[in-house]
Amino acid sequence: MSPTTTVPATGLRPAGTSLARITASRVVVELKAFFREKDQVIWTFSFPAILMLIFGTVFDQDIGGGVSFPQYFLAGMVASGLVLVSFQNLAITIAMERDDGSLKRLAGTPMPRSAYFLGKIGLVLVTAAAQLVLLLAVAVLVFGVDLPSGADRWVTFAWVAVLGITAGTLCGIAYSSVPRSGKSASAVVTPVVLILQFISGVFFVYSQVPAWLQQVAALFPLKWLAQGMRSVFLPDSFAAEEVAGSWEHGRTAVVLALWAVAALVVCLRTFRWQRRDDR
Amino acid sequence: MEARTRLSTLTRHVRDGQAGGMTTDLLTATETAISVRGLTKTYEEVRAVDDVDLEIHRGEVFALLGPNGAGKTTTVEILEGYRRRDAGAVSVLGADPEEAGAAWRARIGIVLQTAPSAEELTVTELLRHFATFYPRPRSVDEVIAAVGLQEKRRTRVRHLSGGQRRRLDVALGILGRPELLFLDEPTTGFDPEARREFWELIRALSGEGTTILLTTHYLDEAEQLADRVGVIARGRLVALDTPAALGGRDSSASVVRWREDGVPHEVSTTTPTRVVGEAAERFGGEVPDLTVTRETLEDTYLRLIGEQR
Repeated sequence: MSPTTTVPATGLRPAGTSLARITASRVVVELKAFFREKDQVIWTFSFPAILMLIFGTVFDQDIGGGVSFPQYFLAGMVASGLVLVSFQNLAITIAMERDDGSLKRLAGTPMPRSAYFLGKIGLVLVTAAAQLVLLLAVAVLVFGVDLPSGADRWVTFAWVAVLGITAGTLCGIAYSSVPRSGKSASAVVTPVVLILQFISGVFFVYSQVPAWLQQVAALFPLKWLAQGMRSVFLPDSFAAEEVAGSWEHGRTAVVLALWAVAALVVCLRTFRWQRRDDR
Repeated sequence: MEARTRLSTLTRHVRDGQAGGMTTDLLTATETAISVRGLTKTYEEVRAVDDVDLEIHRGEVFALLGPNGAGKTTTVEILEGYRRRDAGAVSVLGADPEEAGAAWRARIGIVLQTAPSAEELTVTELLRHFATFYPRPRSVDEVIAAVGLQEKRRTRVRHLSGGQRRRLDVALGILGRPELLFLDEPTTGFDPEARREFWELIRALSGEGTTILLTTHYLDEAEQLADRVGVIARGRLVALDTPAALGGRDSSASVVRWREDGVPHEVSTTTPTRVVGEAAERFGGEVPDLTVTRETLEDTYLRLIGEQR
């Protein structure tokens, strides 16, 4: 019997290939492509650490309650860093891959389609972890920020980060269908992240943002991600500074999960492997 | 010379690879690789493909010719499973491309027309990666050699020239040892030498039993490679035959031209030998400026396309 005649025409995966091996290969390829692209490394990967250095140096004073500005800023940078490597990175690169035909080429091979998304998830997880290490190192070594010591803080950190990355990844894949071309992808994606950063308490103390803008920001995930990170990196006394007077962990989890589910539904219904004019 | 060496490597490789698998497959499988009946596809009132019937046999090299926008790419992309048809029955390697899955995709190879991508991977890295998708991939080194990219194996894709990138596309298409290879304008951007080498590669693949469907603008390419040629114009298949017989070329009139009494003469005839013989008798030997021409494939093609306007 020959291998080709035993393969059913509609089988999920040809015999002799392995999803694990293909996925591992995709993660490696994604990481190589990411770290060889200088613009990505500077503007997506290192940007939070660079901003941390600039803002931390310019505003190196206490903001009260025994907390320095760099410590407050760290929470916002952790949150927006996760959004950059998940949402911004995926929305731009997938839009470009769709436009230049890379996605179409992959779709024409027997690669299991799940391997593509698993590869993107692997890319996000590795870049997020490396970015966090860099950012925390800058905060600790340059600005002497004290990292939280309690295990409960790190548990909070873990679930907020995982939910935030999940929502950011799924939103990024969904949003990649919005730019009409690869060239316009940056222009269509970056302002969304920038505006959310300004109104979600990343650059400014959230309670100083006008109330109507707080209402707008509260509809989007970054506000909740930043608030969750403040609950990790700031003392509990700062919970009183929040608009609700508490860290609102339950609501944070619900909002991030809802965004993840909604984005997943959009992905499943709208994800295309080809340009919209190409069908 | 170098091309021939490369090619024999691939040829040998293909033969080795098929010894256990494809040969028996070819014997047991149906004789038809692609079967199309009444294929129709409409884009916003425009009939891109209009009631096309087509049968492509296993092991055949089939060239689809036609002007831009005639429906070539639409037809091929329906066969590749990229586009949905509005009507008609399609079977490719025994499966409906709209329903077929990864195992079917492992048996076909696709070389698309694509815009240049800003790929940061090297040639070898990209091929190694794609090789993981296939159950029995060819060796990456041999595929690189077959398309003549040895010197560029460690070059990032974004730094390749247009022609080199096209060779890489071809390499990706044949990497999975396909039974059926689709080539959409494969030699666009090739210099004449690269085209000759590419033709040798296609002949080697065909010699090992790979079915090949190619679209092209180059009529000499179709004439060199194809067992049969289909001409598509305004969505309809207007001619289908061997390159030698397309559009009645083999029985069409020849043109005999010569110079007599200082005046150019031209006769269109189905018996050119007799015309030449008579002229030779009149001149008692050499006929001045004698030429006998038969309609070229390009003449035939332009006539067929012209009839559709």
